[in-house]
Amino acid sequence: MKILVCISNVPDTTTKIRFTDNNTAFDATGVQWIINPWDELALTRALELKEASGEAIEKITVINVGPQTTEPTIRKALAIGADDAVRIDAVPEDAYAVASNLSSYLKDNPYDIILCGIDSSDYNGSLVGGMLAEFLDLPSVSSVSKLDIDGGDIKLNREIDGGSEVLSTVVPFVAIVQKGIAFEPRIPSMRGIMMARKKPLNVVPSGGEAALTEFVSYDLPPAKSACKMVDAENVKELVDLLHNEAKAI
Amino acid sequence: MSVLVYTENWDGKFKKLSFELVSYAKQIADRSGTTVTALSIGAVDEAELKKLGNYGADKVLSATDERLNVLINKAYASVIAEAAENEGAQVIIFANNFTGKALSPRVSVKLKAGIASGVNAVPSSYDPFTVSKKVFTGKAFANVVIKSDKKILTLFQNSVEIAETGGDAAVEVFSPALNDADFATKVLDVNKITGKVLLSDADVVVSGGRGMKNADNWAPLEELAAELGAALACSRPVSDEGWRPHEEHVGQTGKIIAPNLYFAMGISGAIQHLGGVSSSKCIVAVNTDKDAPIFESADYGIVGDVQKVLPELITAIREMKAS
Amino acid sequence: MDFLFTEEQEMIRQAARDYAERELIKDVLERDEKAEMPTAHIKNLTELGFFGMMVSPEWGGGGMDSLSYVLAMEELSKIDAATSVALSVHNSLVCYGIEKYGNDAQKEKYLRLLATGERIGAFLLSEPEAGSDATSQRTIGEDKGDHYLVNGTKNWITSANLGSVYLVTVQTHPEKKHHGINVLIVDKDTPGITLAPHEDKMGMRSSDTHSVMFSDVKVPRENRIGDDGFGFKFAMKALEAGRIGIAAQAVGIAAGAMERAIQYSKERKAFGKLISEHQAIAFKLADMAVKVEAARNLVYKAAWLKDNGHPFSLASAMAKQFAADSAMEITTEAVQVLGGYGYVKEYHVERLMREAKLTQIYEGTSEIQKIVISRSILK
Repeated sequence: MKILVCISNVPDTTTKIRFTDNNTAFDATGVQWIINPWDELALTRALELKEASGEAIEKITVINVGPQTTEPTIRKALAIGADDAVRIDAVPEDAYAVASNLSSYLKDNPYDIILCGIDSSDYNGSLVGGMLAEFLDLPSVSSVSKLDIDGGDIKLNREIDGGSEVLSTVVPFVAIVQKGIAFEPRIPSMRGIMMARKKPLNVVPSGGEAALTEFVSYDLPPAKSACKMVDAENVKELVDLLHNEAKAI
Repeated sequence: MSVLVYTENWDGKFKKLSFELVSYAKQIADRSGTTVTALSIGAVDEAELKKLGNYGADKVLSATDERLNVLINKAYASVIAEAAENEGAQVIIFANNFTGKALSPRVSVKLKAGIASGVNAVPSSYDPFTVSKKVFTGKAFANVVIKSDKKILTLFQNSVEIAETGGDAAVEVFSPALNDADFATKVLDVNKITGKVLLSDADVVVSGGRGMKNADNWAPLEELAAELGAALACSRPVSDEGWRPHEEHVGQTGKIIAPNLYFAMGISGAIQHLGGVSSSKCIVAVNTDKDAPIFESADYGIVGDVQKVLPELITAIREMKAS
Repeated sequence: MDFLFTEEQEMIRQAARDYAERELIKDVLERDEKAEMPTAHIKNLTELGFFGMMVSPEWGGGGMDSLSYVLAMEELSKIDAATSVALSVHNSLVCYGIEKYGNDAQKEKYLRLLATGERIGAFLLSEPEAGSDATSQRTIGEDKGDHYLVNGTKNWITSANLGSVYLVTVQTHPEKKHHGINVLIVDKDTPGITLAPHEDKMGMRSSDTHSVMFSDVKVPRENRIGDDGFGFKFAMKALEAGRIGIAAQAVGIAAGAMERAIQYSKERKAFGKLISEHQAIAFKLADMAVKVEAARNLVYKAAWLKDNGHPFSLASAMAKQFAADSAMEITTEAVQVLGGYGYVKEYHVERLMREAKLTQIYEGTSEIQKIVISRSILK
């Protein structure tokens, strides 16, 4: 069995967001790039599954659609423990183009389990996993907070709006994972870091459809007005303000 | 030509969210000179379906095949795509919730329709079709142009006013072609949260952070939530410590919410947390540290011990309600 | 010249930072208060491969360069120097010393286990009456033919308890003064070795520090490193390398305090504006930033010289003296920026200030570094 983990290269979650060129482009100056946090959790779970599987899971591949500048992030995934990596050489213009690129590669290079993070912390699309499943005509299970493999049986928990469900599915499938799938991402070991450059990172040319959307400009949220402080001895005043001024209760 | 809106139901009932979606669809349809068709999947009675008319739906399609009683992404996406084709839908609208995130990308590929997900307003332009959406976890907005003929929007909750039109909707049975191959995924067990206000559709959210000290201190927060009909939430350290379930975690890697009123109790307000709550209409913060960053984002603040403030707050709210 | 890190160096820095920010931070205050050893952290850092990271892969180590190690020291020390000091002693004194000057049999028996962190190393040089003046060693290693008989006391020994491979300097030929000193590899469980209680220190309180007493301890002759009388030279060479680790530690302590001061200055208001907007505070922060950067560059250069096979004694002395003295100044100023909060333990900077003090003292005081530096420039 082979597991594929799709990873995005995103700005560190503590990055102060700024734009340039008259607010038409993200300002990447001084930005630290990381593996998208949900994708990293997906990779963590893939590693746990592989370690527990004996020989059943033969390898974990990470895949990214991006220019060469994303390779440090891909190698971080290799340092953490992925066995090999694929980079599809294309600028990720929108989710549709990314998913299309992934699917054109995967049609000839199939995997049993494909994991995607539920969201990316940059453009907050929450789209690639579902689109990829549709391009490949595979089942997709979304908002997955637990994934177990017991022999050939695949069991998943997914969060729904108003509860949770236990599901089964069949390979091959796409799981779109969120918090709960793994507890904490792993810190790469020194050995892992030294091995990362020795593991295969295959660069393949872009082969997907064009983007259907375009991000044309950006705005920052308006500045918040000053916080109105209420004395801790006068909690009643807060309730009055919420009731009469904010009309929130 | 029409605007198709997928209206999810919960045990046969719609929620405020459903009405917001229909109101949103109505505004777009009016601008485009077309009509709104709502699609309901699963068992919903006619009276409930009719309610959508009051918010602007001209027609309601109701697909009630038993096999659709549980959400199977692949099957649902086929049903929605078929309805969209039948209706000649140019714009298809979903909620930006778990269901919307599950289905909209599949429908996008089926119809080759570009998506803007998590939009927070009606389109600012219809040619080119341009709409604003949240990016960088609420830290910025992007204007997205959808270039394809068909367009999909997933609406961030609490983004537009719900407007009653007093209209009437024609309810039609919709019997889509179902393909057995779409049902490879099975739902084995469902655990619905009952008797609790859901985080995703709460007007008021009461949230606790590390300042709550430990899991045993949650009773007064629950009491406050009950008093306000609010949902409970927590910051990341709280769910990491296992004091509260991860479903309650709001912030960058948890849920992103936008209630009318958000209580941040003992939450310092790390940038990752603020990303998840900054769209709330009104934020109240209680923290012992007067320099905590949460006060930068809050509308009202109290510097003080949460454990001491909470009972007084509950009492004051009760008094306010009684008067 | 190139001031850019390699991808691997950047990844190592990030790994150390992640470990510090996720794990060390959790109990650093409690360990400091209770003077508890960081046993679990040492084990975790061992599993991540930090202990033995510079040892050649030939002996089972990570094969990384000194700059990588410096980055790891810096990041860990931003949060917890009491844990990083064990890493410094293990890597830059014990592993380096045995790898550079030990024979193959010694490397096979000891370095292999040190390289994976299966055994932790300690360096036993200081004595109650021989700190800076390492020539006046009173611990005797009497030559008994097939073994040395060791008697004496060593003081302020880092990892005396957690460690199990001791490098011990002993005086074999008192009449030859420092030319009579030998260095022996001693297994901690050899009969006759006893540990005094854990030292109750001002700072680095969680670091494992003890006096170690030797009473008729038999050490096999084959455990002597180098020729008879090589011990003093060995110690000086090991300390040259060790200074880089401690200098990196000082940079980390200083940078950690500075980051906390910057953060605080952007949150705290006084007289109607953020304190960072008051020039008195902003200039303090600017001074801190310049000193941290200068110290960092001295340390990186020393590491670069070592990695590229150049002499680095002067560079490492300059790096340690400047980084340690700067760390003391910067942490003191950081406490000042935080004011009353700075004096409270919860805010960390007072602890960093206590930790900074030790970097001016151990592995050669700042005054000893100035002797090394002045002798070199006056040659």
